[in-house]
Amino acid sequence: MQKMISLFAALLMVAAVGCKKGDKGGDKGESGKTTESGGGSTDTGGGKVSGSVIEIDGSSTVFPITQAVAEEFQKEKGGKVTVGVSGTGGGFKKFCRGEIAIAGASRPIKDEEASACKGGGIEYVELPVAYDGLAVVVHKDNKWVDHLTVDELKTMWAPEAQDKVKKWSQVRKGWPDKDLHLFGPGVDSGTYDYFTQAVVGKEHASRGDFTSSEDDNVLVKGVSTDQSALGYFGYAYYIENQDTLKLVPIDDGKDDNGKGPIAPSPETVEKGTYQPLSRPVFIYVSSKAIDRPEVKAFVDYYLTKGPALVKEVGYIALPAKAYELAQKRFADKKTGSAFHGSKVGVTVEELLAQ
Amino acid sequence: MFPVVRQAMTRLAARNGSPRSAVPWHERLIEVGLFACGALSVLVTAGILLVLAFETFEFFQGVSLGEFLGDTRWTPLFVDKHFGIWPLVCGTLLTSAIAIAVALPLGLMAAIYLSEFASARARRILKPTLELLAGVPTLVYGYFALVFITPILQKFIPDLAGFNALAPGIVMGFMIMPMISSLSEDALYAVPNGLREGAYALGSAKLPAIFRVIIPAARSGIIAAVTLAISRAIGETMVVTIAAGQQPNLTLDPRVPIETMTAYIISISKGDTPTGTLEYRTIFAVGSMLFLMTFVMNLVSHRMAKKLRYGGAGT
Repeated sequence: MQKMISLFAALLMVAAVGCKKGDKGGDKGESGKTTESGGGSTDTGGGKVSGSVIEIDGSSTVFPITQAVAEEFQKEKGGKVTVGVSGTGGGFKKFCRGEIAIAGASRPIKDEEASACKGGGIEYVELPVAYDGLAVVVHKDNKWVDHLTVDELKTMWAPEAQDKVKKWSQVRKGWPDKDLHLFGPGVDSGTYDYFTQAVVGKEHASRGDFTSSEDDNVLVKGVSTDQSALGYFGYAYYIENQDTLKLVPIDDGKDDNGKGPIAPSPETVEKGTYQPLSRPVFIYVSSKAIDRPEVKAFVDYYLTKGPALVKEVGYIALPAKAYELAQKRFADKKTGSAFHGSKVGVTVEELLAQ
Repeated sequence: MFPVVRQAMTRLAARNGSPRSAVPWHERLIEVGLFACGALSVLVTAGILLVLAFETFEFFQGVSLGEFLGDTRWTPLFVDKHFGIWPLVCGTLLTSAIAIAVALPLGLMAAIYLSEFASARARRILKPTLELLAGVPTLVYGYFALVFITPILQKFIPDLAGFNALAPGIVMGFMIMPMISSLSEDALYAVPNGLREGAYALGSAKLPAIFRVIIPAARSGIIAAVTLAISRAIGETMVVTIAAGQQPNLTLDPRVPIETMTAYIISISKGDTPTGTLEYRTIFAVGSMLFLMTFVMNLVSHRMAKKLRYGGAGT
């Protein structure tokens, strides 16, 4: 599906470029390969930044932010940026083979990926760029779900639920005897890793009988057109589709980080009360590309102009202090990961200060 | 006797030897080129089959045939792995059955109208117009099902999920309808006029003549058309990938999300499943199954057409 959309996008792009040579450039595509072919069509405009194309790929969750930054950057500074979407895992694979300069990631790099990078001779600077809350959503006309506890989420999503938990009535007494249709990100996405870690307690442990797609728009479409559906994906995709979805507040059963069910919002995510489903998202800059002036300019731009754009596309900006620490980290070219493993409930400043 | 032998020999010579030496070399080059084109398609088919067979064999090193055919769950990517093919086969058969249920009556009626009732002028205009339906990209059909047909159906069937088997099935029916109508119409049209006139001479009215004489006479062509259409529906990918969902589901309920074999192959091959792993090889096993299904389908149609033709009726 994604491939197809990107093909479609590429076709549109080719048409658009043909008619009017690049005001925004060929940065609209969705998947790495397709975009790269069209990406070269950008006119550098003022040409303040020259150099080769900055290739970015990775998480679909980070994509909207990077895309927004890339558009502004190209408008203001020129240069060529292509942004692909192959999921966090897919992005790291390309990253560690040295095919891309920057990888977007909705979870920190994993051990296997870190060693793959080492094998490829790639070091990386890890930079948190925003908070994302995972939104748990149901159809807008769903009358029975007022909130969910983490345990109830676990009842629905744990591997043991496979082929057993198939009705809403099995999740909480009193809920209707309707089929439960679940929608979630594909197994390559960082969102999936984080959700399984936070809800089931073990990364990658999930039932398999749900509609899984790497394309969050498919999930939005699925939940918004199905009265007995429940799904989860990045908060930004909820914000974009508020009128067709209903957000479910989550109760983690711990009173010290906010009592009762809490819905994701900029405040609850930043204050750390929307737990356990909020997390930082990252970009990883390759050591191979870090000395390229255009890459340096782009990352500096990302960390300074990023916060405003982050809000614009529906994410939650980190505290200003965190961006300062990230800038310093980048300036010092400090490699390695401070966020190792999908940690739940730690603030970004604490980790960056290490 | 002698002249006969001589005739045969000259014919043989014409085929094999002497006159060919009179053919200029560049024409023979063209001949070789044409042969290469034909051979290439055979080789490509053989290559595909080899790859399929090899990877499927590798797959069955890790998963037993009993599990593949005996289990009812398909979750190769998840922690609790199951490799039962039936949910995917079921999804494919469900959407194909809906498609045929739509396409067969409509297509056949269109064919009957075009062949037996339409004026030559109407036929000249309508037939290519119908065939235009087959030229619409399947991608467009997919989105048509997802964003147009499904919401309309949801007004009548409140429990219909956004991704379901019904809408893509119906749309696929429209997609393969021209195949049925066009090929059946050719078959009907080719029924000798003598048969029609014979029926009328025996006092038959038009409808009985059509259903008792003409359709039976053309049935081999019609059956071939339907089998081809079924093969097409089974192999159709885009429509079901877009509109039917990505959830392997062993059900005959057309209202819920399902996953077809083709949609599964797409979702794995576009994802990041590493090549060479058991998870990746699942797509070849599924592909082999798909190939087997369409192959059997085509074999059946071939047999049937041949049998009926030798029976004396039809085109």
